[in-house]
Amino acid sequence: MDVFLSEFFNVDIMVKVAPLIFKGFLQTLLLCVILVPIGLCGGLGAMLLATSRSRFVRWPAVAAIDFFRSFPPLVLLIFIYSGLPFAGIRLSPLAAICIAFLLNAASYYGEIYRAGVESVPRGQVEAGRSTGLGAAQTFLYITLPQAVRNVLPELLSNTVELIKLTTLASVISAPELLHSADLARSLTYNTSPLIMAAALYLIMLWPLVRIIRRLEHKLAG
Amino acid sequence: MPELGPFLLEARGVRKAFGTNEVLKGVDLLVAPRELVFLIGPSGSGKSTLLRCCNRLEEPTGGTIRIGGTDLLSPRTDINRMRRQVGMVFQSFNLYPHLTALGNVTLALRKVMKRSRAEADEIGMDNLRRVGLAEKAASYPGELSGGQQQRVAIARALALEPKIILMDEPTSALDPELVGSVLAVVRDLRDAGMTMVIASHEMRFAREAADRVLFLDGGVVVEEGPAEAIFTAPREERTRRFLHQVRH
Ligand SMILES: Nc1ncnc2c1ncn2[C@@H]1O[C@H](COP(=O)(O)OP(=O)(O)OP(=O)(O)O)[C@@H](O)[C@H]1O
Ligand SMILES: [Mg+2]
Repeated sequence: MDVFLSEFFNVDIMVKVAPLIFKGFLQTLLLCVILVPIGLCGGLGAMLLATSRSRFVRWPAVAAIDFFRSFPPLVLLIFIYSGLPFAGIRLSPLAAICIAFLLNAASYYGEIYRAGVESVPRGQVEAGRSTGLGAAQTFLYITLPQAVRNVLPELLSNTVELIKLTTLASVISAPELLHSADLARSLTYNTSPLIMAAALYLIMLWPLVRIIRRLEHKLAG
Repeated sequence: MPELGPFLLEARGVRKAFGTNEVLKGVDLLVAPRELVFLIGPSGSGKSTLLRCCNRLEEPTGGTIRIGGTDLLSPRTDINRMRRQVGMVFQSFNLYPHLTALGNVTLALRKVMKRSRAEADEIGMDNLRRVGLAEKAASYPGELSGGQQQRVAIARALALEPKIILMDEPTSALDPELVGSVLAVVRDLRDAGMTMVIASHEMRFAREAADRVLFLDGGVVVEEGPAEAIFTAPREERTRRFLHQVRH
């Protein structure tokens, strides 16, 4: 039991690595603050392209969405960060992460938005248009708010997935939470830093998961 | 022929085909100012399609439509400007569920007419009062009865001060005991001189309130005339048969 405690819950080590872990935690928060809006906006753009009336816009957009949904995000990230330099494109870790996540997250969010837009009855658009609202105004004030409300649980679930995916950034040595924790683990030869990181991820995500459950319950009832 | 006729709505030879299925086969619908015209006819006769052509929710495949003298179908016509002059009331209300009753009425006032929120709210409240629902301004559509929702939808159309209001079976989705409240509003509008075209199965109300009745069948106007004449002495056999069916 003592071995277990000193290996996984070693308080001395936890105190010692706390500043490092905290820095990683802040980096992860920063990533979330950048990546979630990028994904949400990119998803909106992806949805608009994929539902365009022109098939010359629609088809490539749908193909791209399908491609990036089936492409493993880790492979995508390594390709962008370590592969593109061979084509003469050298990106900072943050830029590589942003691009990889834009492509991946926008595809997933885009499909969710599309389901949301399809859930809004046709009569809503007709009502808006027949009061003289333009197509863009009708989308912004009538369709989008209802679409988002109808798929809020799915949007939040995808956000949870996205936040978990930020751990991938550690493979290109971006100083996020998992990377800091793993660094601390290798410096201390102890697993406690990883436990700390896991606890921090739980603290971030558990409330979100609870909210999703609530919303699903409310929308179903 | 002068460009501007005496008609507020002047639809001539309107045709509409969905693929190979021609639903309107050259329909004339002429509505004078302050007139209340009822469209009656069996299911599938093209009543809804005709109304929807009159604000271009459907694109007619032939014919001309003028509203207040302006050619609705001309590519140079600003369709959004025309549509706010043509109020539309739908069978299933189509209220925006994420907005309050007042929000429903004021959305176009603010975003199309560019009124300030305070101005729009004032106009919105006036129109909710007009349909007897001022006290429901803060309620969401989901909290209102069908009859109340349809009256909010009428207020939403009225708020833009349209030249004409088109109603597509405004009471068909309502429980029988709620129909009266909507018909009362329609009666008030008629008495106030609002020009309206209503597709409806409410034969008793049509007979009482309509200035003129058009009987549509198979995409053509089979017979039209004053309500009293159509209901008591229809000339056409098809009209007689239809009226006989709906009464029994
Ligand atoms: N969007 C559409 N696509 C294809 N066919 C359509 C469409 N809308 C209407 N139709 C067809 O047009 C015909 C006329 O429909 P419409 O809704 O105008 O009839 P209606 O007189 O309003 O009938 P009801 O009393 O049932 O409302 C019907 O046969 C219908 O199937
Ligand atoms: Mg109809």
